[in-house]
Amino acid sequence: MSEPVLQIRKLRVDYGLGDEAVHAVRDVDLTLHRGEVLGLAGESGSGKSTLAYGLTRLLPPPGVISGGQVIYHPLDGPPVDVLALTPARLRQFRWAETSIVFQGAMNSLNPVHRISTQLLDVIKAHEPRSTATGRRARARELLRLVGITADRLDSYPHQLSGGMRQRVMIAMALALEPQVVIMDEPTTALDVVMQRQILGQLAELRQRLGFAVLFITHDLSLLVEFSDRIAIMYGGRIVEEAPAAELYRRALHPYTGGLLHSFPALRGPRRELAGIPGSPPDLRAMPSGCAFHPRCPKAFGPCDKDLPPLGPPGADHPGRAVACWLHPAAEPVPR
Amino acid sequence: MRFLLQRIAFYLFTAWAAITLNFFIPRMIPGDPVQSLISRNQGRISADAIQSLRVLFGLDKNQSLWTQYVDYWKQLFHGDLGLSFTFFPTPVSTVIGDSLPWTVGLVGITTVVSFFLGTALGVGAGWRRGSWIDALLPATTFLSSIPYFWLGLVAIALFAGPGSVFPSSGGYEPGLVPAFDQYFIPSAIQHSILPAATILVSSMSGWLLSMRNMMVTVASEDYITVAHAKGLSERRVALSYAARNALLPNVSGFALSLGFIVGGTLLVEIVFSYPGLGFQLFQAVGAKDYPLLQGIFLIITISVLVANLLADVAYLLLDPRTRKSG
Amino acid sequence: MTISPSTIEQVIPGQGAMAQPSAAPGRAKRRRFRFMANAKAATGLAILASYGLFAIIGPWVAPYDPDARSNDVLQAPSARHWFGTTHLGQDIFSQILVGTRSVVVVGLIAGVLATTLSILIGVTSGYLGGMADEAGSALSNVFLVIPALPLIIIVTSIVEQASDTLVALIIGCTSWAWGARVLRAQTLSLRRRDYVEAARATGERTWRIILFEILPNLTAIIASGFVGTVIFAVMSEITLAFIGISSVSSWNWGTILFWAQGQQALAQGAWWWFVPAGLAIALLGTALALINFGIDEFVSPRLRSGGRTRIRTADGRTARMRVGFTPVLAPAAAVPQARTEEAGDE
Repeated sequence: MSEPVLQIRKLRVDYGLGDEAVHAVRDVDLTLHRGEVLGLAGESGSGKSTLAYGLTRLLPPPGVISGGQVIYHPLDGPPVDVLALTPARLRQFRWAETSIVFQGAMNSLNPVHRISTQLLDVIKAHEPRSTATGRRARARELLRLVGITADRLDSYPHQLSGGMRQRVMIAMALALEPQVVIMDEPTTALDVVMQRQILGQLAELRQRLGFAVLFITHDLSLLVEFSDRIAIMYGGRIVEEAPAAELYRRALHPYTGGLLHSFPALRGPRRELAGIPGSPPDLRAMPSGCAFHPRCPKAFGPCDKDLPPLGPPGADHPGRAVACWLHPAAEPVPR
Repeated sequence: MRFLLQRIAFYLFTAWAAITLNFFIPRMIPGDPVQSLISRNQGRISADAIQSLRVLFGLDKNQSLWTQYVDYWKQLFHGDLGLSFTFFPTPVSTVIGDSLPWTVGLVGITTVVSFFLGTALGVGAGWRRGSWIDALLPATTFLSSIPYFWLGLVAIALFAGPGSVFPSSGGYEPGLVPAFDQYFIPSAIQHSILPAATILVSSMSGWLLSMRNMMVTVASEDYITVAHAKGLSERRVALSYAARNALLPNVSGFALSLGFIVGGTLLVEIVFSYPGLGFQLFQAVGAKDYPLLQGIFLIITISVLVANLLADVAYLLLDPRTRKSG
Repeated sequence: MTISPSTIEQVIPGQGAMAQPSAAPGRAKRRRFRFMANAKAATGLAILASYGLFAIIGPWVAPYDPDARSNDVLQAPSARHWFGTTHLGQDIFSQILVGTRSVVVVGLIAGVLATTLSILIGVTSGYLGGMADEAGSALSNVFLVIPALPLIIIVTSIVEQASDTLVALIIGCTSWAWGARVLRAQTLSLRRRDYVEAARATGERTWRIILFEILPNLTAIIASGFVGTVIFAVMSEITLAFIGISSVSSWNWGTILFWAQGQQALAQGAWWWFVPAGLAIALLGTALALINFGIDEFVSPRLRSGGRTRIRTADGRTARMRVGFTPVLAPAAAVPQARTEEAGDE
């Protein structure tokens, strides 16, 4: 496996302060390697978006990061803790190193400015020495990259279709050739045909430019196809992490199994669809022990008492990690 | 373009409605106050002037309403609004023509300035929650609850008076002849400071508050988060992304509440005996000068419509979505 | 006299993609109490209640007959005359007390009338759509653009010696347009909501849908429109009295100011003649505005300015909670060597 580009260590994100705080992300450890696509899946409210916004420090109030580290490894130079950056440093770091493609393609673009203005201002902010003509040529090139003709450069967002807007957002995300692109449900608002088209394009661009992707979605079947590795979140924690193919072939955590069975497979043999009974946990009142135990068909003895740690499930599952008492970690990690 | 044409059509319609309203109001009132005014001034009014008043106020009961209406319009198109009784025998149109520049100068300019100032402060208050401007909010609430005219009274009591540089009444030094020269202009400015400040103080807070609330609302839009994620400077995010969008509803709010504001600010003229339309309106009310009253109402309405149209044009320039592509 | 109307309309709840998990719908009751617990709204309601009380008991508790003349001419406030006296020796405190009723009554009648009209026109045009909508919005836009106060002045001045009720009716009939506009916009968005669509699909009658599905969701907007109209009505009534159009024989605060202005109270240094009435108006206006802020913040919690916005960050300084830079709290249990990694930060 290649070297890490982004390491999240024990990240905790809360909404609110003190006693009223709701812990939305709890002690998450996750590593993104250079050039890979890491999928992050879970139901709504599992904390996957909070994790993404938290690690870039973009959560609006009352969101606060209550602990942990986000270590970024630049191509050259020593690693950086994103959470310790000053606002000015953070501003420089943003977009140049990690860019984001947001959920709502419709609302991500400023409605009163032309596409060109919004593409150019980010280049100008990070490369103040670039010339106006140079920036414009770059913007044209970026649009071409995502299959939009250059004459659209001076359009306003409302003059573009939803798919086009999202492609503009992707072009914008690549403007500074970042090492990491975070994608938060980038295709959810689009129809299936457009979804395929854009994802295909994205895969191609990644091969060409070599950035790593943190791909967040609730659609696990999409991830199975497009990502190298998948992490599953539940109740603010990572419950399973595995290479995509292996996860698809054999889910270890019952929740992963449930998720896989709630979507029709895009390829391969058909299987029966079944949802997961019950609803996601209330973050204000989390169940004791494993957060999934009230909904888990396989819950037993320790599940409602002790929190299962995330760890390797044994020698026959290399490169995997799971937090489930059914697969207790081979060697419990001392903490 | 279509948007603008629609708006123009709407304002024409509104102007028609206002004029029609103006036509009907005196006709729906029992008794003929104007008739008695005419008879009181018997012999001093020319036959033409009497005829014009009869048309304006519908004193010819034997005519059909429709004929009256047509005659009324004809007369308006000639610019004939009747005779003023307060300034007998000056025509209403002349009285209005003399006072309109004063009102446009005072109320017009201060309204626009208060909008810009309030909006600018609102941008600050909304963007930096909990800053000193937020602490100002309760005070501005109180100030905006005070009627303009009362604030004017207080301003006179505090700042005008013997020995003060601020005159308590009038639009210029008595004895000066209105002209654009070095004597008149400074005097006019000196006389307008206090009334202008009064309007500014009490009307600004509305814009401050609504802009602040819009900034707060806009700040949670996705494109603001994107702007932050792009690592743009704080200034650019606040102005070019947040304020630029928050301004739109504030501008349309400005257009819509012009009618309210102008109504209120006219009263400031009364307190300061400022020679504008508001003061004339006041005098017309006191003297029961109905032709002048109606004429002033018509002019105020049309001015507000024109101002509205200008605000719409501003909105058109600010919001690309109202511009049709191609 | 600025009515700052633009706030209500734009702050339609439920927008913004990254909205926080909001309170469950089943908590309506607790939320209602929370509205009362809103400091602004509570203050406003308390002040309003005391005005209501004076409106009822004012004429009985007034120490003097407001019309009665005495030999204490133009006296400054004293123990005998709390707010001083007029040029005729009338007690200004009594005039204020007695005048409260007229102000409150006119405000209420005009507010109720205008609110009713705005609901009728706004909700029906928003819900029915088509021609009814065209006509309704054209009508309300016309009334919105025509300057209301001059219109009220014209109409009232033609009627000789208008009574309080008439003044209230005239104000009510000319000031409904803003509310109608806001209600129409909100009804339009409500009409497209799933539960209304569902009710329509199951064949529920139009008036039942409007009454039971739409109106309850408009309560906050209706209330804030009512409060706004009351402010406007009170200001208009006082203005009318101040410029001497409405009846000068009955007392309201505007009448007091009318006499004060007419008798050159300012030139005579009789500040007490116009200060109490002005403060009474301002306080009432502030109370109503506070209630409206309470409603606004209740509808759109984002506008609330309170709460802790400053917190300690990891590097020991205090930071403001703000959009775009999520604060990092001082790590209580975080790994201590966390800070060493910052070395690369140059």
